[in-house]
Amino acid sequence: MSVETALLKLIKEKFSHYIISTHSFRNDDTIVINKEALKQVMSFLKNDKITQFDMLIDVTAVDYLGSAPRFEVVYHLLSIPLRQRLRVKVPITEEEPALDSVTSIWPGANWFEREVFDMFGIRFNGHPSLKRILMYEQFEGHPLRKDYPLKKQQPIVPLRDVKTKY
Amino acid sequence: MTQEGGFITTKLDAIVGWSRKYSLFIYPFVTACCGMEYMSVSCAHYDLDRFGAAYPRFTPRQSDLLMVTGTVNHKIAPVLKKVWEQMADPKWVIAFGVCATSGGFYDNYATVQGIDRIIPVDVYIGGCPPRPEMVMEGIMLLQKKIAASKQELF
Repeated sequence: MSVETALLKLIKEKFSHYIISTHSFRNDDTIVINKEALKQVMSFLKNDKITQFDMLIDVTAVDYLGSAPRFEVVYHLLSIPLRQRLRVKVPITEEEPALDSVTSIWPGANWFEREVFDMFGIRFNGHPSLKRILMYEQFEGHPLRKDYPLKKQQPIVPLRDVKTKY
Repeated sequence: MTQEGGFITTKLDAIVGWSRKYSLFIYPFVTACCGMEYMSVSCAHYDLDRFGAAYPRFTPRQSDLLMVTGTVNHKIAPVLKKVWEQMADPKWVIAFGVCATSGGFYDNYATVQGIDRIIPVDVYIGGCPPRPEMVMEGIMLLQKKIAASKQELF
């Protein structure tokens, strides 16, 4: 854990109740926040003069199967005018895999959140059209969850019987 | 042999096979990075025209060689099957690259483990991606197969 940057200090002061932890590994600023405060923190980060994170680079998730809370949704933010980056992590429990959508703050979050829903089964409340984006509609389960069987396939067309000779 | 009365004798199978093997109209079903290699092999530098297999037709109804170039996953498998079904007989299929042949290293939830699980395949070309020379060898193998097979006449 290195020296706390001015950005982390500012966010910590502003949202001290909602911040679970922060760290800054090699100037890679990260905050971990409660999911209840997600929209509030995010709209501050986007609209405030000091932060100005006007670009949402990516939304993804991590499945820490076996530990609680099981999931962590990760947001990568970029401030083009101020040239700084921030990573925001939100722990999500297995029992209630849902959090607020940030599409009202960054419209570009639409497809990112659909991908996270498709791959991990995490629901985004308030998303305009939360349906699968990569997998087909008939697909059951969420393939990037760690408990999805590694080689389980769900073909749409019946597979031909291929006899393999070596 | 006089000039007016010149004729040759051959078997119908042989001459039909000879004409078919030198007029392969390719439908490139390009889904992944092997497409670059297909572009390279079909353009002037390697000149597939020498094998009578240069002209890509972008409709399955006018083509007789389906070249599946790249990874095929379960989402696109119905499309591949429909394209193959729309091609008029006689038709042949080449699996271009290791993903089309066997799924390659994509042994996961998404990828079909070889397009022969969906449609019958005549020639498999390995490699990730295959060299243009390998593709030309595959086409020559297919030509040998066409010439040697019993010709169905429609």
